[in-house]
Amino acid sequence: MSAYIAKRLLAAIPVLFGLTIIVFLIMAMIPGDPATAILGSYATPENVERLTRQLGLDKPLWQQYFIWLGNMLQGDFGRSYTLNRPVIDEVLERFSATLILAGTSLLLCSVFGLIAGVVSAVRQYSWVDKTVTFVVLVGISVPSFWLGLLLILVFAVNLKWFPASGMYAIYGGGDLPDLLKHLFLPAITLAVVATGVIARLTRTAMLEVLRQDFIRTARAKGVTENKVIYKHAFKAALVTVIPVIGIQAGFVLGGAVYIETVFQWPGIGSMLVKAISTRDLLLVQGGVLVVAAAYVLFNLAADVVQTILDPRLR
Amino acid sequence: MAEATSTAIKPVKRASSGRPNTLALLLNNTLATAGLVVFGLIVLIALAAPLLPLPDPDVTAPANRLFRPLTEGHLLGTDALGRDILSRLIWGTRVSLLVGISATLIAAFFGSLIGLVAGYAGGRVDTLLMRGIDMVMAFPYILLALAIVAVLGPGLLNALYAIAVVNIPFFARNIRGIALGLSRREFVDAARLSGKSNAQILFIEVLPNVLPVIIITMSTTIGWMILETAGLSFLGLGAQPPQADLGSMLGDGRKILFTAPHVSIIPGLMIFALVMSINLLGDGVRDVLDPRLKSGALTRPVARTAVTRENAPQDMTPVAGAILDVRGLKTEFRFGGQVYKAVGGVDMAVRRGECLGIVGESGSGKSVSAMSIMGLVPTPPGSITGGVALLKGEDLFAASDERIRQLRGSAVSHVFQDPLSTLHPLFTVGDQLVEAIQAHDPVSKTQAREKAIDLLTMVRIPNPAERLKSYPHELSGGMRQRVCIAMALAHDAQIIIADEPTTALDVTVQAQVLSLMNTLRKEHDAGILFITHDFGVVSAICDRVAVMYAGQFVETGTTEEILSAPAHPYTAKLIDCVPVLGQPDRRLDAIEGRPPVVNNLPVGCAFAARCPRAQEDCRAAPIPLTEFGEGRTVRCIHPLTGETTDV
Repeated sequence: MSAYIAKRLLAAIPVLFGLTIIVFLIMAMIPGDPATAILGSYATPENVERLTRQLGLDKPLWQQYFIWLGNMLQGDFGRSYTLNRPVIDEVLERFSATLILAGTSLLLCSVFGLIAGVVSAVRQYSWVDKTVTFVVLVGISVPSFWLGLLLILVFAVNLKWFPASGMYAIYGGGDLPDLLKHLFLPAITLAVVATGVIARLTRTAMLEVLRQDFIRTARAKGVTENKVIYKHAFKAALVTVIPVIGIQAGFVLGGAVYIETVFQWPGIGSMLVKAISTRDLLLVQGGVLVVAAAYVLFNLAADVVQTILDPRLR
Repeated sequence: MAEATSTAIKPVKRASSGRPNTLALLLNNTLATAGLVVFGLIVLIALAAPLLPLPDPDVTAPANRLFRPLTEGHLLGTDALGRDILSRLIWGTRVSLLVGISATLIAAFFGSLIGLVAGYAGGRVDTLLMRGIDMVMAFPYILLALAIVAVLGPGLLNALYAIAVVNIPFFARNIRGIALGLSRREFVDAARLSGKSNAQILFIEVLPNVLPVIIITMSTTIGWMILETAGLSFLGLGAQPPQADLGSMLGDGRKILFTAPHVSIIPGLMIFALVMSINLLGDGVRDVLDPRLKSGALTRPVARTAVTRENAPQDMTPVAGAILDVRGLKTEFRFGGQVYKAVGGVDMAVRRGECLGIVGESGSGKSVSAMSIMGLVPTPPGSITGGVALLKGEDLFAASDERIRQLRGSAVSHVFQDPLSTLHPLFTVGDQLVEAIQAHDPVSKTQAREKAIDLLTMVRIPNPAERLKSYPHELSGGMRQRVCIAMALAHDAQIIIADEPTTALDVTVQAQVLSLMNTLRKEHDAGILFITHDFGVVSAICDRVAVMYAGQFVETGTTEEILSAPAHPYTAKLIDCVPVLGQPDRRLDAIEGRPPVVNNLPVGCAFAARCPRAQEDCRAAPIPLTEFGEGRTVRCIHPLTGETTDV
C-alpha cells in the first residue's frame, strides 16, 4: 500500500505543475505592462524596469515561466505592494485561518452528509427521506453568502448567541472556546452546500449497494439487519463517497471566499477579495496557488483513504 | 393454475408495491411543476421589465432612503440611496438571468466543441485536450474565476467570462464521453466512407446526437452559474455601479444589514427562488430520464421477503422424514401494475442427507422458489402470496423476523452462484467467516478464527491460516466458492440451499466443488436443495429431481428414473440438450421457442406452444400434477412413459 501512496504522491507532481502553468498563463493575460500592474500605478520607472528585468518580461513566454517557477520554488512569491511585506508570509498566515474554517466545514459536511444520506436511503420514501431530499435541494440552491447574512441577523444580532464576525474577540479573547464561538456560524454556512451534495450521493450509493449480491449473502448468514446496513452496506457505499468528499474540499475552499467576506474571517478568501479590488496581483497569485495546492493535497488524502478502505485498489 | 415465470435471476425491474413509488413520482412531478411555474414567472417578469409601470431603478432620492417594504408607492421599500427596490429587483433579475444564461451558452459552446473534437479525434488530440481540462478541474472552481477576474479587472462582463471558463470542463467531459462512443458507431463509419469531411461528420452526424446531453448539462449548470455570477457581484467583482444585478444589490445591502436588513434579504431571496426553481425543474427532468429510477434499481429491498398470503394452509403435518417441507409456495413480483407470478404453487420436501435438484431454464422460477424459503427474494418487488414452508414443522412464513435471522446461516444456509459478487469485496475472507460464526455463536474472536481455520481445512483449502487474510478478489473462483461453502457449514446446517453454485466456475473446478459438496453433505448429514439448469450437474449430485417450467414443477422423480425415462416432453427436451456429461458449452435454449411470458400465461399447459406432442386438450384447461409411480409425478396428459393410445 505504501508503494501505491508513493505512486499517488508522484502523480500529484504533474498536477501541481499544471496548476502553476495555468496560474502563469492567467497572469500573462494582464492587459498592458505587467510590471506596472504588479507594482501599482504609483511605482517609479526605475522600480518598474528593475522588476521587468527580474521577471524576465523581455524574454519569450516559456523562459518567463521558468524564471517565475524558479522564484516560486525558492519560496519567493514576490512582495505585496499594498501590505509592503512578502506575499508568502501574508499568505501562510491567512491560510491557517482558512484551514481552520474549511477543515471544520469539511468535517461537518462529511458527518452530516453521510448521516443524512444513509438515513434517507434506509427509510426510503418515508417522510424522513422526503424531508431530507427537500432540505438537501434547498441547501444546494441557497446562495451561501446570503445564508450567512441571515444567520448573522438571527443568531448574532437578534439572539446574540454568537459573534457576528471575526475569528477572536478583540478584547480578552484568543482561547479555544472563543475561537469555537466565532467559528460556529461561518463553518455551518460554509458546510451547507457540500452537505447537500454528499447527502445526495450517499443516498444513491447506499441504495445501489443494498441491491448487491454480497448484501444478500450477509443476510443469508443471519447477520442482523443493523450490521447489514451500517457495516456491510455503509462501508461499500463509503468507497464511492470518499472521492466526492475530496472534490467537495474544492468547493469548500472556494466557498470560503464568500463566507470569509461575510463573516470577516481573516483567511485567504477575504484576503483575495481585498487583493483583487486593490489590484495587488502578486498577492492574488500567491493566494490562489496555495489554496489550489491545498486542494490537490485534499484530493490526494481522499485517494489514500479510499485505498485503505478498498483492497482492490491496492 | 397455469402460472408463470418471471425474471428469476434479476427480479429488479420496477419499484413496486405501486403506491409509495407512484406517490414519490407524483411528488417529484409536483415539485418539478412548481419549479417550472416559478422559473417561468421570473423569466416572464424579467422580460416584461420595460413594459411594467416601474420607477427608474437608478434614480436616487435621498429623502426617501431606507423605506421599509409595503411603504406607499414602494412595495418592497427603498435602498440606501432611496431607489425603489422592487424596480431594482426586477431589473437586477434581468441582468442576473442574462449573465447566467450567457455564461451557460459560452461554456456550453466551447466545452462542447472541445468535447466533440476530443471524443471524435481520439488519440493524441484527445489526450492533450483532456489533460488541459483536468488541469483546470484541479483548481477549486471559484478560485480560478477569481484569478481571471483579478487579472482582467472587476466588471460584469469579466465575471461572466470567468464563470463561463471555469464551467467549460463540465461540458467538455460530458460531451467527450458521448462523442467517443458515437465516433465508433456504424453510421459515422458510413458517413466517412461516403467521403464526408471530418467537420461535416462532426457537425452533421455527431452533433445532433449529443445535443440532448448538452442541453441536460446546461440545465444542471445554469443554476450554478447564476449563483456564482451573483457571488462575484456580491464580492464587488462583478456588476459595477450604477449597473446592478442581484448579487451586487445583495452586496450593497450587506453594509446596512443591521439597520435595514430588507435591502439585502430581498435580492438574496430572489437568487434563491431562481436557483431553487431551476434545480427543482432539473431534478424532475433527471428523475424522468434516469433509467435507474425508472427501473426501480434504486429501490431499497427490505431484510426479508414480504409475506402476503391470505391464510396459512390447514394441513401442517410435514411429510414423513422431511426436514424441509414446502407446500403450495407462490411468489409474485409486481412491477408497474403488472403481476408476475414467478412461482405458482410448488411442493417440495428435503430429507436429511438428501439432495433435491430443481432444474429448469433461466426464468423458470427455480431460484425464486429456493430464495423464498428463507425470505431472500427482494421486497420490493417480490412477495410470497401463498403456501407454507415447514422447517422441522415450524412455519417459516409465519416466523418473526428475528427467528428467521436466527435460522439463516445456522439451520438453513445458502451457497450462491457467483462467488465474486456474493462475497463482500472490502472484507477479508477471515472477517466474513468469523462474522458468520459469531452471528449465531457467542464465541470470542480468537475462537471464531480457529473455527474458521477448521472450516477452510474442511473445504480443502491449503494454508487456511494464511488464506483468512486474503480478500475475495485475491482468490480464484473455485477457492471463493469453497469459502462460501465453508461459510454455509459454519453452524452444522441441516439444509443447504445452493443456487447454481457451480455455474460461474469452469468445468474442472465445477467437478471438484460438486464432489466436495457431495462428501460434505454425507459427513454432515445435511439436506441440499440444489438449483441448476444443468442435467450434467444433476446426475453428479442429486438424489431426486424436480423439473420446473413457468413457475411450476412439471415432473418429479429420482435422478435415475428421470434421466433414463423422462415422462414430460419438456424434461426429455432438456435432457436432449445435454449430449455428453462434462461438456462445458451445453446450452438449454436449444429448445425451440421461448418460455411463456411471465405475466400472461396460457390457460392450459404452459409448455404446449413448444411441445411437439401438444394436442387440443393440452390447451383447454390447467393440467394437474399426477402421480404415476413411487414418488414420481408429471404434469402432462400425454406423457412419454407408459405410452398407450396417443402419438
